[in-house]
Amino acid sequence: MYDPTVARLTYRALLGRRRALILGALPLLLIAISVIVRALVGADDQTASDLLGGLALATMVPIIGVIAGTGAIGPEIDDGSVVYLLSKPIKRPTIIFTKLIVAVAVTMVFSALPTLVAGLILNGNGQQIAVAYTVAALVSSIAYAALFLLLGTVSRHAVVFGLVYALVWEALFGSLVSGARTLSVQQWSLAVAHKVAGGDLVTSDVGIVTATVLLVVVTVLATWYAGQKLRTLTLAGEE
Amino acid sequence: MAAEHPVATPAGDQTRIHNIGYRAYDGPRLGRSYATRSLYSQSLRGAYGLGRSVKSKVLPMLLFVVMCVPALIMVAVAVATKANDLPVDYTRYAIIMQSVICLYVASQAPQSVSRDLRFKTVPLYFSRPIETADYVRAKYAALASAMFILTAAPLLVLYVGALLAKLDFTDQTKGFAQGLVSVALLSLLFAGIGLVIAAVTPRRGFGIAAVIAVFTISYGAVTTLQAIADTQGSTSAIPWMGLFSPVTLIDGVQSAFLGATPSLPGGHGPSDGQGVVYVLVVLGLIAASYGLMMRRYKKVGL
Repeated sequence: MYDPTVARLTYRALLGRRRALILGALPLLLIAISVIVRALVGADDQTASDLLGGLALATMVPIIGVIAGTGAIGPEIDDGSVVYLLSKPIKRPTIIFTKLIVAVAVTMVFSALPTLVAGLILNGNGQQIAVAYTVAALVSSIAYAALFLLLGTVSRHAVVFGLVYALVWEALFGSLVSGARTLSVQQWSLAVAHKVAGGDLVTSDVGIVTATVLLVVVTVLATWYAGQKLRTLTLAGEE
Repeated sequence: MAAEHPVATPAGDQTRIHNIGYRAYDGPRLGRSYATRSLYSQSLRGAYGLGRSVKSKVLPMLLFVVMCVPALIMVAVAVATKANDLPVDYTRYAIIMQSVICLYVASQAPQSVSRDLRFKTVPLYFSRPIETADYVRAKYAALASAMFILTAAPLLVLYVGALLAKLDFTDQTKGFAQGLVSVALLSLLFAGIGLVIAAVTPRRGFGIAAVIAVFTISYGAVTTLQAIADTQGSTSAIPWMGLFSPVTLIDGVQSAFLGATPSLPGGHGPSDGQGVVYVLVVLGLIAASYGLMMRRYKKVGL
């Protein structure tokens, strides 16, 4: 189910040249902001929770998930070089699974790790906040990567749709319509984080059972369907 | 073939080049400015998917509709309830709809420049009479105009609706004019930033993500820091933080000079002196993005 060569090529496509620098800029910004906030405010649990929840989990994880998830397969389909990969005697689901592993790993390294560092800087893991948000970031990394990898195989405008989901659905509708929050990766991962950390600072609108079930279902279904899409992929010309 | 006809023909031979009837072009030459204008109009049409496939019309048109529908609803409410004022200021509208505007610039800026880079058509443009500055100016002006259409259309809807609802004419006209100035600045600023980022990468998907990341992350970071500063009581620092994100920059300029209510936490708008700094930063960013684009295209594709 895991092909090292495909993994190596995907890593290179995702992190090659200047792309790693741009991906690295976001976590650096988060850490820089945490340092500033710590210097201004001192260790404060509420502030740490606001910053990690609002900036790290709500904005940074989805954006890095979009870049890694769609970037793992989108450009290859876009420029047609995916046929060279598909013509090799490797199962299509194996290709998808390998790319998913890579996308998850990249998302985790560039979003969950900085979240942990930022949390430690902000309040030294007081009330388990840093750990809770890191768990949330880890969990949502998996779901986002699977979801956006599927989008990458379905549509040529995967990045836009991914961003519309992450920014408009989760952020905008999530704050206006409470029902939209039930269908949001962010809330599911918060539920898991709430379970892990306890306390009242990390809360979610979704129960832990629902959240876990939905997370698993979404991840598995998205990966399976992406494999199916890749089996019947038709290459279209540029527009 | 060449071997059968020896090149060295004896002198005095009747060697001549046949005239096979090619004619030089002696019609009017439309020149550099015409080519620039064509590039401008093509890019502007392209920004709304006109002259492109149906699929690429969907997103810009959808975003345009999403921009205008809330304005229509507000006008309908204002007319139906005979309100004395519109529910939202003209200057406020673009700030509320910022995520739609960001999505539009993120999707259309790479569309406009990344594809030229990726398919290496830029050298073809430069084999025409246009020069680097013409290309940059045409692309910049086209995207800025497209954004102006996107942001000014709902204001026009609001204005016409306000006049239909018989609201105060001078008051509404003043607000409308202020709103237009503000969205013009916003269009120039956003288009410049979007194009500079998009011109770096030939990958369209990556360009989209990079543009949206710059807009949303900077906005998220700035508003988070401002909220923290507000709760800490260090209110004097709040306006200065607004300088670091495009949306808060426009918000600061219009609340300093265009009579808008600032959306900063606690309503701490910039003072007049800070407003001048805001305007300078906005103009500086516009000039800088133009300069960076010029530098980028100095040796592109060569």
